[in-house]
Amino acid sequence: MPPVPSLPSQPQSFDHLRTLATSVADVRSIPFGVTGIDAGLGGGGLRAGALHEAAALTCSLVDDAAATLFLAGIAAREALSSGRPVVWASCRNDLYAPGVEQAGLASADVIYAQPRDDAALLAVVEDALRDGTPCAVVAEASKVSMVATRRLQLAAADADIPVLLLRRHRGRDRDPLSDPSAAWTRWRIASAPSERLDPARVGRARWLVELARQRGGEGFSLIVEGCDETGRLAVPAVSAHRAVETAGTVRHAAA
Amino acid sequence: MEEQIASLPLHAQPPIRELGRRSEAAEHPFKRQAAQAAGGAIHAAQTAGAVPLALVGKVGRREEIVAACPAARALGITVGMAATHARALVSDLDFRPAEPEGDAALLDRLALFGVRHWSPVVAVSPPDGLWLDLTGCDHLHGGEARFCHRLLAFCRRAGFTARVAIADTPGAAHALARFGREDIAVVPAGGTLEAVAPLPVAALRLAGGALAAARKFGFETIADLLPVARGPLARRLGLATINRLDQALGATAEPIAGCEDIAPPSVERRLLEPIGTAEAIGQVMEDLLRDLAEVLQTRGLGARSLRLIALRIDGGEQMVAIGTSRPTRDAQHLLRLLKLRIERIDPGMGLEQFRLIAPHTEPLAAEALRAVLAGDTQVSDPARLVDVVAGRIGPQAVFRLAPVESHVPERAVTRASPVEKPGTWPSWRRPVRLFARPEPLSRVIALLPDQPPRRFEWRGQAHHVVAGDGPERIHGEWWRRNAEVWAVRDYFRVEDDQGGRYWVFRRGDGIQSETGDLSWWMHGVFA
Repeated sequence: MPPVPSLPSQPQSFDHLRTLATSVADVRSIPFGVTGIDAGLGGGGLRAGALHEAAALTCSLVDDAAATLFLAGIAAREALSSGRPVVWASCRNDLYAPGVEQAGLASADVIYAQPRDDAALLAVVEDALRDGTPCAVVAEASKVSMVATRRLQLAAADADIPVLLLRRHRGRDRDPLSDPSAAWTRWRIASAPSERLDPARVGRARWLVELARQRGGEGFSLIVEGCDETGRLAVPAVSAHRAVETAGTVRHAAA
Repeated sequence: MEEQIASLPLHAQPPIRELGRRSEAAEHPFKRQAAQAAGGAIHAAQTAGAVPLALVGKVGRREEIVAACPAARALGITVGMAATHARALVSDLDFRPAEPEGDAALLDRLALFGVRHWSPVVAVSPPDGLWLDLTGCDHLHGGEARFCHRLLAFCRRAGFTARVAIADTPGAAHALARFGREDIAVVPAGGTLEAVAPLPVAALRLAGGALAAARKFGFETIADLLPVARGPLARRLGLATINRLDQALGATAEPIAGCEDIAPPSVERRLLEPIGTAEAIGQVMEDLLRDLAEVLQTRGLGARSLRLIALRIDGGEQMVAIGTSRPTRDAQHLLRLLKLRIERIDPGMGLEQFRLIAPHTEPLAAEALRAVLAGDTQVSDPARLVDVVAGRIGPQAVFRLAPVESHVPERAVTRASPVEKPGTWPSWRRPVRLFARPEPLSRVIALLPDQPPRRFEWRGQAHHVVAGDGPERIHGEWWRRNAEVWAVRDYFRVEDDQGGRYWVFRRGDGIQSETGDLSWWMHGVFA
């Protein structure tokens, strides 16, 4: 067995290894401002230069809308703090801009791109990341391969810009998050019943937010109140009757 | 004909007015004919079959006929007649509004064409003429007479009626072209005086006051002006008249200030060896862009569009084009846009010559960077990002969504330019996804007139509503369509027992039946 020649340089290689496994302290992260979520995420928030995926819990349009606004809220907070535009790439055109504006993402902060197919959409996202102008890129796609997500993750890490990918359902019983992906975090969002008010009015939206997977951390699930005019989430006040809180999960357990 | 008319029922018989038996007063027999009537007879034959056409324009505070075609003039329409009078005279005359700006633009284009084809010095003589300096270029067109014939033939093909005069001075040519007897007047050198003398005084391009004075003093033709002493003439008609007379006769010079044919900035590279690989083409693009950036910088311009033309060794041309949303001369940025197009160039056996042209340029001056240098704002212009994405998926697929002042939800949003910042919408609750077509709900149970539904079925599923906001009443826009005059939609934001929040509406207000049929529709989903 030959002698180990690299023995004197071992501290240096440890340093090198340490830089490789970047500690959570020196990457920028985007806090949600909700203790329940930020404590569960490594780094105290959503990692900025990374790919994040969100999907609706079921294939219903209601959950899809909740997932859309969840991502729009993250992008809105990033746009408000940086003053740079958000790129929203989608092949469909059913997004309603006044509704998105009420989640904090004003129309003056968004540049929409409507490519013809998913391949062009991924190219647009990469172009936007390499350009470096946007503060966040939101993309809606149904079919994204593992290789494509890895490319997006690397490009996002290079540019230090979050890529928020909305995975759309392709079939009734196909979970879009069952495909492998290189995303940093993967979320499942569903809408939950709002607080019952005394005259039967619709209260502030509530979502069931489920972190399905994150790198270097555990998943969790909790119910939050939806985006306000600045894109911030909130924790619901302690409910008087537990039935409201469990209704969402009961529904999805049955579905 | 008389029998046919008589055989019609009484109500279907054409009125006398349409049969041409008009009862308007006849034209005054001693009324003076308009000046341009001299040339009218020549064109009357060739436009006999055309529909009479007249242009109406605003002169001062009244609507007047500013131009009439020969067929219209034959019907008694004269320039300067009140538009209402002309309409009363000929009911089926084709009236169109005059567009002086459009005419001027067309004349400018014709002048530019003249610079490129006929003579290096061509100027516009508004409102309807062109000056060509033929000095030294008539032999290129086969002599003066031949040039005149070719010019007239060109104008006839292009749909214009033209008159040409060639004389020693611009003033004389101007007078002969407008007031001469013939369509083509070529004055031999030195014959200006004889040619101009019989023309009326108005041929001298005089102002209105001088013309009126000339008529008062009895000067009819230019020949009348010649024997008069110049001092008293200047006192009576003004010094400008003397100047115009001298210019027409050649006593004072009148240079023609020709219009400039601005060549678009372009650079060219010819290669020693033909190339065919993407890297080599990219290198040539970079070199060309560096050259072009210098050309643009010296002219103070920025490119809005670029066209790269590559010549293949078999003689074929390959062309690719890019556009930018703001004027720029940043070579790196333009190179990135051009490189997206490399795959569309078919090199064939090899490309040996490249030409880069900027057909659309805009002024681009230096910008003040004070705010950026001070470091208080990091203003980043999205134009580059827009260019890159638009180069990939097409310029119409990159946009911003801007508000439209309409309460109807599907009309409240429009696409706008991606480099301009749009405004905001009013803060009514709006869904995040809106259906392009509202989807019908079935088996709805709701209390009329203004309660949200208690249950409904949508896409085959029953929903039990536990909470609802509304109604938000939106009236139809009666100024758009007749069907919307009374239309009403009552929008409700409802939540079902499973937490889904929907935007549903009912057609009609529940009281008046003409406001809608009380059907229920799903229009969007809230988060």
